[in-house]
Amino acid sequence: MNEFLQFLAEPIAQRSLWACGVIGFSNGFVSALVVLRKSSLQIGTISCALLPGIALAILLFGLAQLSILAGAVIAGLLVGLGSLFLSRTSRIDHDAALSILHATAFAVGYIILIRLGLQQKVDDWLFGNIMSMGNTDLWISYVVSAIAILSITALNRPLLIYLFDPRAAATMGIPTRLFSYGIFTLIILVLVSSLQAVGAFLTLGLLVAPAATMYLLTDKASALFWGGGLIGGLGSIAAFFLSYPLGWHLGATIIVVMGSLFLLAYVFSPSHGLLFRHKLQNRKNKA
Amino acid sequence: MVTEHDHICWGGGIHHHGGHALSVSGLYVRYRDVEALQDICFSTHCGHTVALMGPNGAGKSTLIHAMAGLIRPQAGSMQWNGQDLRQTRHEIAFVPQRSTVNWQFPITVRHLVEMGRYPNLGLWKKASEHDHHIVSKALETLKLTDLQHRRISELSGGQQQRAFLARALAQEAHILLLDEPFTGLDVPGMESLGKQLRELAAEGRLIIASHHNLNNAADLFDQTLLLNKTSIAFGPTRDVLTGENIFRAFGFHHTPGIQA
Repeated sequence: MNEFLQFLAEPIAQRSLWACGVIGFSNGFVSALVVLRKSSLQIGTISCALLPGIALAILLFGLAQLSILAGAVIAGLLVGLGSLFLSRTSRIDHDAALSILHATAFAVGYIILIRLGLQQKVDDWLFGNIMSMGNTDLWISYVVSAIAILSITALNRPLLIYLFDPRAAATMGIPTRLFSYGIFTLIILVLVSSLQAVGAFLTLGLLVAPAATMYLLTDKASALFWGGGLIGGLGSIAAFFLSYPLGWHLGATIIVVMGSLFLLAYVFSPSHGLLFRHKLQNRKNKA
Repeated sequence: MVTEHDHICWGGGIHHHGGHALSVSGLYVRYRDVEALQDICFSTHCGHTVALMGPNGAGKSTLIHAMAGLIRPQAGSMQWNGQDLRQTRHEIAFVPQRSTVNWQFPITVRHLVEMGRYPNLGLWKKASEHDHHIVSKALETLKLTDLQHRRISELSGGQQQRAFLARALAQEAHILLLDEPFTGLDVPGMESLGKQLRELAAEGRLIIASHHNLNNAADLFDQTLLLNKTSIAFGPTRDVLTGENIFRAFGFHHTPGIQA
C-alpha cells in the first residue's frame, strides 16, 4: 500500500490518473453517439484500421506525435469512406467491404511496423499505455475532448432529432449530410485521441460500453451523453486504482471495468435489467 | 398568441374559400438510370385527404419524399399557394413509415412531440409557455395525453402512428405527408387513424399519404392520385378507383374484397 502511495506522489502517476479521467469521460460522452446510431461494429473495425496510418506516418515522417495522429485520422477516414464507396459501386455490402478493408489495412500496418523494428511499440498502440503519454498526447486528447463535448452539447437538440429520425430532420431544415460526416469525423478524432490510453483494439470498449450501460438505466436520450461520460470517466479512474495493486495492464483494466459495469446494469437495472424485466412485462400484460 | 407560421385554415373543411392550393406538374425524378417518376400532375387544396396509390415500385414513396424535400426532382414544379413548395418548408411535416423508425430510441412520447417545435425554437431558445401549450394540445388531439411519459417502444402500432402525427401537429404544419401510415395496423387502429386524418383535414390541413389497400381507400381518403411512374388518374377516390383505371395502373382486374 505504501508503495502505491509513493507511486501516486509521482507526477507521472498524477498525470496518468488525470488522463484516465478525461479520456474516459470524453469517450463515454461520445459513446452515446455510437450507441444511438447503432454503429458499434463499424467503429470497431475503423479503430483497428488506424494502425496502418500510424505505420505509414512513421515510415514517412519518423516518430513524431502529431504526424502519427494525423496518419491515424487519415487511415480511419480512408477505410470508413472507402468501404462506403466499395459497397456503393459493387455487389458487396457495407459490412463485408469494411471487414475486408480493415483487415487488409491492419495487416499492412503490422508488416510495416515490424519491418521498422517497432515491435515493442505495436503493443502500446494495440492495447494502450497511458504511462507513456507525452505532453503533446495529453494536450491533443484534452483539445479533442473539449471539442467533442462542446459541439455535442451545443447541437444537442438537432442532433437528437437527426439520430432518431434523419428524414424528418431533413424536412425540418437540419443539414443531415453535414451531421453525418461531422459525427463520423468526431468519432474518429476521439478514437485517435484515446489510442495511447487504451489502444486500437480496446478503444471499442470505451466507445460503446458507457452509453450502452446508461441505455439500460434511463429512458432519456440526453442522459446517455452525460451519464456515459460519468461512467467512462469514473470507471477509468477506478481502473487506475485497481490496476496498480493487482499488477494488471491499465488499458485492459479500464475495459474490464467497463464490461463489468455493463453486465451489472444488464442484470440489475431497475427499469431494463434481467431481474426486473419480468415484473415489468407482467405489469404491461395486465395493463 | 399565434405565431407567424400558424396560418392553418382553421375549420376550413373541403369547400372553404381561399383554400391553399398545392399543384404539382410535370414532376420528373430519376435515380441513376432508373426513372422513378415522370410527368406527375395533380392539384388539390387544404381540407382534403389524398391517397397516393399504385403498385409496388410505382413511385408513391418517391413522390412523398420529393414533396417533403428529401430528394430533388430533375424537372417539374411543385407550388404551394403560388410559391415554390421548397421555399415553404415550415408548412410541411413528414411522417416516416413505421417500419423505418428505430423504436428502441430512448425517448418518451412527449419528447418525440417536442421535437416538432425545433424549427421554431432553433438551437438554444428555451421552450416558452406557448410551445408547451402547443405540444400538450397536439398530445390531447391525438389522445396521447395519458401516454405522454411512456417510452415510444411501449406503444402499439396505432399509438406510434399517432405519436408521429402529434409531432407533425406540433410543427404547426399545413401539409402532412405520410408514408404508408396504415401499413401494419389492425382494423380498429386503421379506423381510428382514418377518422383522425379526416378530422385534421377538416380543421384545414392537407393530408397526403401513400396507401396500398384498394379495398379501404375510399373509406379513408376523399381524393386519390393513381400512379405508376406517371399519373394515371386523379380526383375523388370513388371516381378514380374504377376497374379500368386500376387495370391501367396495376395491370390486373380488381375484384372488391380481395386484397390487392
